[in-house]
Amino acid sequence: MDAPQLAFKERAAAALADGALKIAIDRTTGNAERKRAAAVAAFPEFEAARARGKAIKDHVIAHLDHYLEMFERNATAAGAQVHWAADDAEARAIVTRICLDARAKLVTRSKSMLGEEIGLPHALADAGIERVETDLAEHIIQLAGERPSHIVWPAMHRTREQVAQLFKVGHVPPPAAEDPATMVQSARRELRAKFLGADIGISGANFLVADTGATCTVTNEGNAELTTTPPRVHIVTAGIEKLVPSTAHAFALLRLLVRSATGGEMTQYTTFHHGPRREGDADGPEEMHIVLVDNGRTRMLGDEFRAMLRCIRCGACMNHCVVYRQIGGHAYGGTYPGPMGAVLTPVLDGLAQSRDLAHACTMNGRCAEVCPVGIPLPTLLRAWRTRSWRERLEPGSLRVGLGLWAMVARRPRLYRLASRIGVRALRLMGRRGWVRSLPLAKGWTAYRDMPRPAGRTFMEQYRAEQAGRRAPE
Amino acid sequence: MPATLPDPAGPRVGLFVTCLVDAIRPGIGFAALQLLEEAGCRVEVPQTQTCCGQPALNSGDDRDAAALARQTIAAFEHCDHVVLPSGSCAGTMVHAYPELLADDPDWAARARTMAAKTHEITSFLVDVMGYRPEGRRLDATATYHDSCAGLRELGIAAQPRALLAEIDGLQMRPLEGNDVCCGFGGTFCVKYPRISDAITTDKALAIERTGAELLLAGDLGCLMNMAGKLHRRGAATRCFHTIEVLAGRADGPAIGEEG
Repeated sequence: MDAPQLAFKERAAAALADGALKIAIDRTTGNAERKRAAAVAAFPEFEAARARGKAIKDHVIAHLDHYLEMFERNATAAGAQVHWAADDAEARAIVTRICLDARAKLVTRSKSMLGEEIGLPHALADAGIERVETDLAEHIIQLAGERPSHIVWPAMHRTREQVAQLFKVGHVPPPAAEDPATMVQSARRELRAKFLGADIGISGANFLVADTGATCTVTNEGNAELTTTPPRVHIVTAGIEKLVPSTAHAFALLRLLVRSATGGEMTQYTTFHHGPRREGDADGPEEMHIVLVDNGRTRMLGDEFRAMLRCIRCGACMNHCVVYRQIGGHAYGGTYPGPMGAVLTPVLDGLAQSRDLAHACTMNGRCAEVCPVGIPLPTLLRAWRTRSWRERLEPGSLRVGLGLWAMVARRPRLYRLASRIGVRALRLMGRRGWVRSLPLAKGWTAYRDMPRPAGRTFMEQYRAEQAGRRAPE
Repeated sequence: MPATLPDPAGPRVGLFVTCLVDAIRPGIGFAALQLLEEAGCRVEVPQTQTCCGQPALNSGDDRDAAALARQTIAAFEHCDHVVLPSGSCAGTMVHAYPELLADDPDWAARARTMAAKTHEITSFLVDVMGYRPEGRRLDATATYHDSCAGLRELGIAAQPRALLAEIDGLQMRPLEGNDVCCGFGGTFCVKYPRISDAITTDKALAIERTGAELLLAGDLGCLMNMAGKLHRRGAATRCFHTIEVLAGRADGPAIGEEG
């Protein structure tokens, strides 16, 4: 990928030191949290819809082969060409080859996290093809030379003041004013010529509808339609977990997706792309290619992370995550941030690269509480912790320390003795109720004081009291 | 302390004190003993209890966590109920023990039986014993933080509030983000201290904004984190475990005060 990556803790520290980032995250996630809460409150059947959504995804995951073949059959019958990519490299190669075969110079792309996952932006650049991101937020991060920091709002780490600066430099002519409406108009003008001049449009898919062979995109800007309709060729890149049996199932999941993501009932645009232009159609691409990407997903079918295949990429887990809200998305270091990213990144990049992510979680459970398809995210993160321990990826000092502690905790009498000594030692280190510095727990006392223990453990006091009850004087 | 005599016909309750209460704030354990006896329980404190195993569990060391699960089950399974002054440790016994021991033929059923009779103390007092404190008074303003494990793993929200509502003179003030994590997270707070600090600072600010004199919560780990941060910030908020207030023990020193 990019230049050598900083360690997670360094990335997180840099993010924590960035005051503008905190403002940007608080604005966007705070809004998202309030709007989602209102949408769920106004949707009494939310729990029933969630149970149905989970059941739909579980059904498809259990019969993935069946629905994949059905989708391929129906998409092919509609005139699309279906390609299979086992991993990110194959997916990049397939897309690049289609672009080169079509002698494409200019490619427009509507937001797709799968595209990021497979490294498509770099692959297109390497092939000498100009890529224009058409989603407003993707346009912003393309100007900034960055990667998405959120799966729904890729530029959420940028304040509007920072966006105004980017547009001032990146747009010709620069926007006349810095208010959102003027800036959006400026972006529309920048993008309009690209929409109409592109040879190929690349989109993702929110759903792959098996019984029709259609792919579905949802956006609020209409950029997906302008990306997929005017160019000669439309390429869809999608993960195989996006399958649903029918259009009705797609809508059942849409009710959950949109409310969980933005708090809306529907997105402004919900489009089903069903094959290329047919005779008599007013518009549409001459060719439609659908690249179905596995990239670790079938492996998840058979392991403890299977439930993660339910994910519909709404972003609610990150909006409600205390860690994400402090460090933002880039600190996670993978394509997907937040709780869902902490589960997926080790699948995609390897656990050794990303073992921190599962540990950088307080296990507070709020992500699972808001997940619209009931993914037990803390349980899955704990499964990564277990793997990391088994694969000896945890630091030696922790293994030794925890091993010693467990050895003592498994011997109650020794544990009593150790506690008695421990609380007295801790008491000696403090004064007037508090311990201000602990050599073995600097992580605690660097930022907060430690209450000084009372001096005698509960068990000591309790046993003395019991002895007194038994032998009254 | 009222000299209640245990009801000889009352249920046999094993009190799991928790390692933090044992070491840092024994008064919470005595408040638990007192409330359980007032509620009519015969309380015992098995001497082979140590820690529920969360440090191992949260570090991915399932083998040691399972060993501590077996030890704890063996210490308590003879009791009618197992009660803890912590939603986090109770959640571990209720949810993690059966999972950790699911494939152990000798222990799987025992873990499930144990899980079914394990309770966090405020929920046990309200839901099982129908207990309400009587004649307790505390003239103070207080705010309450919902500790995450108790709230989301065990559904504890109404019970502590119902009990606190019985304390004469106690005025509860709402806490913005009362159900948002305080940044403790067990080993998380020392593994990722900067991230933890940022979360805890936001929590401390919200607590300070309530203007309440007291902060109450049901887990000593979270309380130590919030109290330690509030003290470092120079805030005057005094922190108690909910059951210290319920047992009439909030006239003594708060967390970090010396009497």
